Amino acid sequence: MLSKLVRAPLVLSLLAAPFAASAEYHVDMLKPNSPMANDAYSLHWGILWVCVAIFIIVFAAMFWSIFKHRRSQGAVPAQFHENTTIEIIWTLVPLIVLVAMAWPATRTMLEMKDASNADIAVKVTAYQWRWEYDYQKEGVRLISNLSTPRDQIEERDGPGKPKNEHYLLEVDNPMVVPVGKKVRLLITSNDVIHGWYVPQLAVNQYGIPGFIKDAWFTAEQPGIYRGQCSQICGKEHAYMPIVVDVRSEADYNKWVQEQKAKQPPPTPTNVSQQAPAQGSEAAPQQAAAAAQAGAPAAGAAPAGGGAAPAKMDVAELKSNGEKLYAANCAACHQPTGKGMPPAFPALAGSKIATGPKAGHMNIVLHGKPGTAMASFARLTDAEIASIITFERTSWGNNAGEVQPAEVAAARK
Amino acid sequence: MSTATHAHDDHGHGHDHAHEHHGPPAGFTRWMYTTNHKDIGTMYLWFSFTMFLLGGTMALGIRAELFKPGLQFFDPEFFNSLTTIHGLVMVFGAIMPAFVGFANWLIPMQVGAADMAFPRMNNWSFWLLIPAALLLVSSFFLPGGAAASGWTLYPPLVIQQGMAVDFTILAIHILGASSIMGSINIITTILNMRAPGMTLMKMPLFVWTWLITAYLLIAVMPVLAGAVTMLLTDRHFGTSFFNAAGGGDPTMFLHIFWFFGHPEVYIMILPAFGIVSQIIPAFARKPLFGYASMVYATASIAILSFIVWGHHMFTVGMPAAGNLFFMYATILIAVPTGVKVFNWISTMWRGSMTFETPMLFAVGFIFLFTIGGFSGLVLAIAPVDITLHNTYYVVAHFHYVLVSGALFAIMGGIYFWLPKWTGNMYSESMGKLHFWLSMIGFNVAFFPQHFLGLAGMPRRIPDYAMQFADWNAVSTVGAFIFGFSQLLFLYNIVACIRSGVPSPEKPWEGADSLEWTHLPTPVPYHTFETQPVVK
Repeated sequence: MLSKLVRAPLVLSLLAAPFAASAEYHVDMLKPNSPMANDAYSLHWGILWVCVAIFIIVFAAMFWSIFKHRRSQGAVPAQFHENTTIEIIWTLVPLIVLVAMAWPATRTMLEMKDASNADIAVKVTAYQWRWEYDYQKEGVRLISNLSTPRDQIEERDGPGKPKNEHYLLEVDNPMVVPVGKKVRLLITSNDVIHGWYVPQLAVNQYGIPGFIKDAWFTAEQPGIYRGQCSQICGKEHAYMPIVVDVRSEADYNKWVQEQKAKQPPPTPTNVSQQAPAQGSEAAPQQAAAAAQAGAPAAGAAPAGGGAAPAKMDVAELKSNGEKLYAANCAACHQPTGKGMPPAFPALAGSKIATGPKAGHMNIVLHGKPGTAMASFARLTDAEIASIITFERTSWGNNAGEVQPAEVAAARK
Repeated sequence: MSTATHAHDDHGHGHDHAHEHHGPPAGFTRWMYTTNHKDIGTMYLWFSFTMFLLGGTMALGIRAELFKPGLQFFDPEFFNSLTTIHGLVMVFGAIMPAFVGFANWLIPMQVGAADMAFPRMNNWSFWLLIPAALLLVSSFFLPGGAAASGWTLYPPLVIQQGMAVDFTILAIHILGASSIMGSINIITTILNMRAPGMTLMKMPLFVWTWLITAYLLIAVMPVLAGAVTMLLTDRHFGTSFFNAAGGGDPTMFLHIFWFFGHPEVYIMILPAFGIVSQIIPAFARKPLFGYASMVYATASIAILSFIVWGHHMFTVGMPAAGNLFFMYATILIAVPTGVKVFNWISTMWRGSMTFETPMLFAVGFIFLFTIGGFSGLVLAIAPVDITLHNTYYVVAHFHYVLVSGALFAIMGGIYFWLPKWTGNMYSESMGKLHFWLSMIGFNVAFFPQHFLGLAGMPRRIPDYAMQFADWNAVSTVGAFIFGFSQLLFLYNIVACIRSGVPSPEKPWEGADSLEWTHLPTPVPYHTFETQPVVK
């Protein structure tokens, strides 16, 4: 019965067709792409049709009454005011309808909560305002940032640049998963509560700092599936999309190999934290350890570090730093370095960005509790050195460069 | 009964006073010092209207920013402040005080009492609202801007923010104190000061719904106060109630908040049920169908409201058994709610109806509230909720129950009792225009939000992807129609008070509660100095 009901959106969209000249006037849930999403989709339409049927019956009665039982039609008021039989009927009938609704919903709910026997597991960590995907077994870790350029978003001083097709729903590094495999997500957060939400996969799970919650999906068709953070998480809440790239198993395996090659090898810092004889598997195992220890550990002891030379050219530091600053810092501290005081302080001329290097490295590595300033320890030594150098030498600041080796030392 | 006697004596004194001066004292001191339930009711209603316009202005700011993709007007942080303060202002400043205003005006008259049980406390409950509102609204001007975490104030986000959050917390404490005092006053008045013969099961339904609402308020406002106090100590005094690093849990705040939050939803709708249950029989010229079952349904909804809070948290990651329990409890609420809708329609059935403005709003209420009820049922189904949680579907749902539900009932109630209160008639044609503009504007604004939610647009975002653009533009147009048509309402009320045509002694022939049957129009400053005997 449900499958018939599911076809109903077609009817509805036909009805809406004259109004919806463009396909953008979408009135339905997006096409589901996982067994769970299929179930949720059918459940939604099944329940909606039951509601529509009740609605029609009840309001047919009301409108009949409105047109027939009005004084201008000469209606004389009846004086009845109770009828125990009918009152019992309209208490019990809805109860039966509701039990009928709860039954399939219960089955789906139990299935949704059963993340056992997964084929792959990905630890998802939310940051203000980006996602980190850690394929622990595969040894792949990536950070996924919004890739829509800022000048398409900002229109406050006039119209912005033309917007990309996937405006606000595009990222630099999508999460890649194989088609038809059960993917278990271990979701947590490094700062505030976020929500990992991809409608077509029927996954919507809060990431809660200090706790790991799980969810799962099996993507049925290859393709790109987009979603967003669902729980307000501060200023850039609208700007941390999720893109899931579902590929064939062969393509997925290829992607894993490519990514592995790109991963920074373990730094001396990281290796020293490991039990002896970890070899080249150090990074993923350490991440797994971090996962077991809970979310705060993920922020405080990342697999980061990096293989950069201990000393880099200042020009290189500055130019890398400019790009990294735009991706990681500019949302709050602004491209001009003027910030948005007092919540997001200026860096131009600030005490920290022009003061001793140690203080600057400390706040970038560890954040400032009780504010939106998060720890960026997950970035590599070279990346942090680049950002700090850029900040200390831009907008009139002239406090000199910081080298990766100094960051590595400051991590201890 | 000692309370009643005391209040009666008190009142006798006021009565002499009124006779000497032929009415209340003039000027500001009348309002500052008044202990008269009608004056206090009036102040509550005007306060509520002011906050409604203020919160509405914020809503129009939100809709303007969302008219098209991109950031045209506001910085995202300010946008978040707008959504946060819009929610808090509408819940605590507009809807709740409006119902307390009705309670003040009507409960003493409907139970045949001279005034509220504690008239001085009544004055204090009102005047507490002013500093609370000032704290809340002035926080926009603090460094860093107003609280920007959504009205639910979830930690750890709210811990990151500036001193505006402390202002908000203090405002909530004061509003809570005001609500609790108001509730004690209402419960005492209803239980102790009814006229001889006015048994509980003869009370008008508005009084019943408020009696139950007042108990809900007393039960949950202290819970909210506790939750925000823990936020305060987490922010400033080094506690870790909601911080995992110190052994706490952010999820605990969600549980405590929604243990308050769900009964709060019914606090905002039960008095609306009461108002509609007064209006429908009056215009159908037929007694309310199923009075007793209405009372039982109201009580059932109130009791169930304490065990459904988890349906706001299906995506938190509760165990399957937790999600299932809250799903079952939530869908159970559809039963008593359904009973109410059936009863209203049966009251209309074979009546002799006319459709003046109050009736239009009441019928509009039943129609649109039921849509909100159905979308609530869809959201109660946990697996469906998980795909819709924190999307515009939820925004559409709660605006159907709070705007076309609570607010439409308030507007209908204002039109219904305005002639009684002021002795003047409002303009019927303008009232009808106000209704139809509100009806159309509201639906154009909020119905498309169901579609946006189904397509996955999250709430509380200042900017969105291209596929959401068309319905958002439609929604904004509707919101502006709805918003500006409220100026008609304001004009109609002011014109009615200042220069309305005198109302007939009984403008609604079917109205049958004590204020209509036992008191002249307009009602005198002091009423029921001698209690009526109800047969």
